[in-house]
Amino acid sequence: MKKLLMTGVALATLAGAALTTAQMAQAEDSLYVPSLSYRTGPFASGGVPIANGYADYLNMLNERDGGIGGVKVVVEECETGYNAQKGVECYESTKGKGALVYNPYSTGITLQLIPKAPVDKIPVLSMGYGLSAVAVGEKFPWTFNYPTSYWGQMTAILKHIDANGGLKGKKIGYIYLDAGYGTEPIPLLDKLATDMGFTVAKFPVGVKEMQNQGSQWLNVRKERPDWMIMWGWGAMNATAVKEAAKIKFPLDKFIGNWWAGSHADMRAVGEEGKGYTAANFSGVGKDFPAVQDVIKYVVDAGKSQIDNKDHVGDVLYNRGLFNAVIVAEAIKVAQEKTGKKVITGEDMRMGLENFDLSEARLKELGLEGFGAPIKGSCADHEGGGAVYLMQWDGSDWKKLTDPIVPMQDIVRPLLEQAADDYLKDKPNWETQKCS
Amino acid sequence: MDILYNIFIDPFVQMGNAPDFLLQVLWSGFVGGTLYSLIALGFVLIFKASGVFNFAQGIMVVFAALTLVGLYNLGLPAWLALIATIGVMALLAIGVERVVLRKLVNQPDIILFMATIGLTYFLIGLGESIFGGEPKKMITEELGLPSGSTSFEPFGGLVIIEHLDVAAVVMAIVLVTGLAIFFNKTRIGRALRAVADDHQAALSVGISLNQIWAIVWFAAGIVALATGIMWGAKSDVSFALQIVALKALPVLIIGGFTSIPGAIIGGLIIGFGEKLFEIYWGSLLGSGVEGWFAYVIALIFLLFRPQGLFGEKIIERI
Repeated sequence: MKKLLMTGVALATLAGAALTTAQMAQAEDSLYVPSLSYRTGPFASGGVPIANGYADYLNMLNERDGGIGGVKVVVEECETGYNAQKGVECYESTKGKGALVYNPYSTGITLQLIPKAPVDKIPVLSMGYGLSAVAVGEKFPWTFNYPTSYWGQMTAILKHIDANGGLKGKKIGYIYLDAGYGTEPIPLLDKLATDMGFTVAKFPVGVKEMQNQGSQWLNVRKERPDWMIMWGWGAMNATAVKEAAKIKFPLDKFIGNWWAGSHADMRAVGEEGKGYTAANFSGVGKDFPAVQDVIKYVVDAGKSQIDNKDHVGDVLYNRGLFNAVIVAEAIKVAQEKTGKKVITGEDMRMGLENFDLSEARLKELGLEGFGAPIKGSCADHEGGGAVYLMQWDGSDWKKLTDPIVPMQDIVRPLLEQAADDYLKDKPNWETQKCS
Repeated sequence: MDILYNIFIDPFVQMGNAPDFLLQVLWSGFVGGTLYSLIALGFVLIFKASGVFNFAQGIMVVFAALTLVGLYNLGLPAWLALIATIGVMALLAIGVERVVLRKLVNQPDIILFMATIGLTYFLIGLGESIFGGEPKKMITEELGLPSGSTSFEPFGGLVIIEHLDVAAVVMAIVLVTGLAIFFNKTRIGRALRAVADDHQAALSVGISLNQIWAIVWFAAGIVALATGIMWGAKSDVSFALQIVALKALPVLIIGGFTSIPGAIIGGLIIGFGEKLFEIYWGSLLGSGVEGWFAYVIALIFLLFRPQGLFGEKIIERI
């Protein structure tokens, strides 16, 4: 018995050693990028296309260019189900494999990872979601939210409303997923309402009520807002647009944020949702050389998880792809600046503060006009990106506006205040000085 | 003083000032309540037959709706996809009886409950692997369900009646009536009640437990399909639909776990109650009260009438 036990222990040790060696070897000759995805659960409608776009672009670089700087990128997915606890488990189980960056695709998970990033020296890129205050790079050296924060996005939407009939004296309805994600821009909205002379009526939608919004929309009818803004996700979006149409709310005055305007949601609504408007910051469609390369090297080669080739180029597929572009650019810059082929999380952080996705660079990448230029910097972790609005025509999204630059003069001081508030009870928080 | 005015006077002033809107709220509550009754009915059927709360009822709603849409997308005509889906639900019922329930005859209720939790995760995995996670559009028009709305102008105001909502109410009434007759006026119905009382006693008088369970699970599958079609038409068909089924729990607590009329009355109480409370009193509590209102009502019932309105009062000797 003792001999058997000893043999078991020896085998387990050997297996552990072999695994550790394999992981180290993987970390030494590749660029390890974990993908915290959610292909299951109530939010899978958004999680699936994002995960596909993200993985497909990086795999395209592997197939077409042999990776980044000659080093292959390893994308490993971990299923979070959009659950913060599972997200942290995924983080803990992958960080030791040489993870370069985390893209949690959930504000709840991002909030959990923000304090972990400086400890483990692995940056978090919450692209267009998460805590808005991380845009202040001096206070949050390890977290980024390119191309703009939720607060920046909200001001861009308000600018559009202001340009189409004015804001003063108007009532803005705000319908939102009653979770960290949906409540995030409320402090800004309340502040701007006071400053700019409009009123806000809020309509929270609990996760359990996502597909049962009858009461919220009866309240909308009662309150009679001039415009509606939505911070929705998953099944909430299609239901909200259907309910808005049902009470005959003018859909061209109903604006979703960039997570409330996807093909997946609106295909289920169809013609009924005609006129519904949503924000976006990444290109739509396949007419970009880089997207064509993804189709050629990955999708047609059967190396993608996408189940319908027609869905390449969808809003959220391209969003995931754009996220991968930023990651790839940051890796490239980090390689150039350090002279190393295989970089670390710390190098990646530096890359994220120094990449320059200019118009010229976007064109070089085969993504001309795909999104507004973004420039990484030490002080500004949201990169000063712009937002445009698109409109559902019954079967597809069509561009409605030119890029709208957020009200940075208003947002930045509020973000700095929010960053200070976040750090108030964290005396040992690591900050940085930016020249 | 203001608070008393806001609670006891203002809501009724609002109702009086906008009676058309009150009618709209009541209609919305009626439709919501009917749909809750439909969900609760699926739970009641299985509880009556096996004394177990079927945790898998929510995912059965999703699975049935996804199967219907999936078969249609494969090229089957809508009517054939509907028949084929009914066939799939029958196979599921037989499969559940053969693989899960048959092995658990006369086991404690908690074991059966745990088995339904296991079944839930099995169906989630199976559904996701077959249909993927993307939401699907319910084939409302293809099934002949009406679209559009009719507007009325009572009291100089506006009331909008969605044709789909009318269809939902009619479908729920037909299903509930049909099932009530089937289970109250037929031999199978009596056998079902015997099985619910005591598995072993029912077996000893020659009732086929296996057959009864398969029939009841099939009936619950049909109810799940109807629920999936109506809720799917209101939003989309995705795995988030299973969450809606949780609303059945307070309905069952109010109506009683074993009563079909209880499911109907409980559903309507929740439907009317939550809409009226959300619209006229919700703002006092910061809105979003609909999410918990039903559970508060259920808690009050648990305090004063734990067996529900129509549930059987169980007295056990200790």
